[in-house]
Amino acid sequence: MNTMTENSTVGYVTDDGRQIGGTIMEMKNITLRFGGVVAIENISFDIHEGEIRAIIGPNGAGKSSMLNVISGFYHPQEGEVWFNGQKRPSMKPFEVAALGIARTFQNIALFKGMSTLDNIMTGRLTKMKAGMLSQAIWWGKAAREEEEHRQKVEEIIDFLEIQAIRKTPVGRLPYGLQKRVELGRALAAEPKLLLLDEPMAGMNVEEKEDMSRFILDVNDEFGTTIALIEHDMGVVMDISDRVVVMDYGKKIGDGTPAEVLANKEVIDAYLGVSHD
Amino acid sequence: MLYREAGDFKTSYAKDNQTFPIKFDRVAYYILLVVAFGVVPFIINDYWANAVIVPFLIYAIATIGLNILIGYCGQLSLGTGGFMAVGAFASYKLMTAFPEVSIIIHILLAGGITALVGMAFGLPSLRIKGFYLAVATLAAQFFLVWLFNRVPWFYNNSASGQISAPERSVFGINVTGPHVDAWAQYMICLVFVFASAWLARNLTRGTMGRSWMAIRDMDIAAEIIGVNPLKAKLTAFGVSSFFIGIAGALLFTVYLGAAEVGEAFGISKSFLVLFMVIIGGLGSIFGSFAGAAFMVLLPVLLKNILVGALNWPTDLAAHFQLLIVGALIIAFLILEPHGLAQLWRVAKEKLRLWPFPH
Repeated sequence: MNTMTENSTVGYVTDDGRQIGGTIMEMKNITLRFGGVVAIENISFDIHEGEIRAIIGPNGAGKSSMLNVISGFYHPQEGEVWFNGQKRPSMKPFEVAALGIARTFQNIALFKGMSTLDNIMTGRLTKMKAGMLSQAIWWGKAAREEEEHRQKVEEIIDFLEIQAIRKTPVGRLPYGLQKRVELGRALAAEPKLLLLDEPMAGMNVEEKEDMSRFILDVNDEFGTTIALIEHDMGVVMDISDRVVVMDYGKKIGDGTPAEVLANKEVIDAYLGVSHD
Repeated sequence: MLYREAGDFKTSYAKDNQTFPIKFDRVAYYILLVVAFGVVPFIINDYWANAVIVPFLIYAIATIGLNILIGYCGQLSLGTGGFMAVGAFASYKLMTAFPEVSIIIHILLAGGITALVGMAFGLPSLRIKGFYLAVATLAAQFFLVWLFNRVPWFYNNSASGQISAPERSVFGINVTGPHVDAWAQYMICLVFVFASAWLARNLTRGTMGRSWMAIRDMDIAAEIIGVNPLKAKLTAFGVSSFFIGIAGALLFTVYLGAAEVGEAFGISKSFLVLFMVIIGGLGSIFGSFAGAAFMVLLPVLLKNILVGALNWPTDLAAHFQLLIVGALIIAFLILEPHGLAQLWRVAKEKLRLWPFPH
């Protein structure tokens, strides 16, 4: 059992004996409104380095909005986002990407006209620095860089076991594989923090098992911190270290899966409250 | 069987990444280069150069340019004619202002100036997309033609409002003006085409090309991955306009010799190049060549058949020629919406196995 206190910067040890580092990201009193609608109301939580952090909640609870705040699509009216011990100023999504935050989308957002290889190569964009001139004549840095990064991308392709579809346009791939390619594209950036928006939505049991395995392997092999939104409670309870529960834009629970499951408010939100 | 891939293994990523990974293609490409540079200049005559090959080469450059913008970056533009006019007028002003500088440099500079103009008109693309952007670039088309008509400085105050290319030579050989050989016209265009295609291919296969295609396919995801949309769209407008400007400069200096802006670079030119891009195939350098060849060759071919073989009166043939070209474009787009490049890809797939069924 962990001995961590809230907002601590020291790590903790998980049930299965993994050492988790200090806080990598901290959301402080985030409030996000769209006109009169309050999507997120005064929510704070933290993500520790190396852990798998799940955000759960019923539909419309504000989970995806929270992910969009982290990745820079939405700018909250109130509250602060801290990353790597620094307060993050208001940033555009591509600047957030350069900080080392990558993500996947609820509805697959791959580049349909490009091959698997090109999709994952695009994920390494923030790491490739060759100038336009060098690229135009394909000499020196551009050509060298292309080969180095291809090497890295091939490692990811091997890791995700998608060697056979390397050159296939992703539009032609089945759903489960597309999800995997999207994970590969996010991994290619070698992110410090990986955000997964419903990585298992619409999958059958085997595909869910595959995806869970990949998520655990990513965390284990690369030490990547992962924050994920998921509806399948079985999966969430199995793979995540700590869980945030949201309902109607508010945080109603935060803790280990066991703690969250025992929380009365969480049970009420999921199963409904009896009114007698 | 004719088109063999079997046994053609790659042992390095560089080899796997080359433009023509299949040996058969590579050999065909080298043969084509040898013929284009080593054989054609000796057999080309005035008719072939003026009616077919030189316009084909020049439009191929413009098509590559527009294909980068539309096919690779997904930004619709109807301002091609206007941007070609910028290239033409820039080269004219440079040639008359600095007669001692080589025309090659002038044409490159004209491309550079067009790139800047294109980037300026590409700024709205950050806010508007699709058809709305097309309308914004249409405004560029009309504005630029109006500008070159109304401001006499651009045509050096000539009474007719026309610009005409002064005589210039490269290595002592005339390439512009009235005393120019067909092979010299051909060679200067060919060099520019070769360089343009090579540069375009390199740009589209690297980081820059991938960020363009990412913006085209899914702009939100592109941004989350780290593509700066401002940079990607403006570089696409810049590079695209650079090639279009060079095409405009060549069209005016080498091919037309004299031009009146509304006539030579009107809206119909924008559509002609757009048709070439769509018929050739979006997002394909080969398609750019195929589309340009199709649109240049087809009218010439029809004219030869209708007037030459069937002895129709010229005016009737000219009208029917428009009808047939239009009908063919529609028929073609219904049958193969992805253009000649896709047709070529399908043919290659079939050729891998031919004549065996499996």
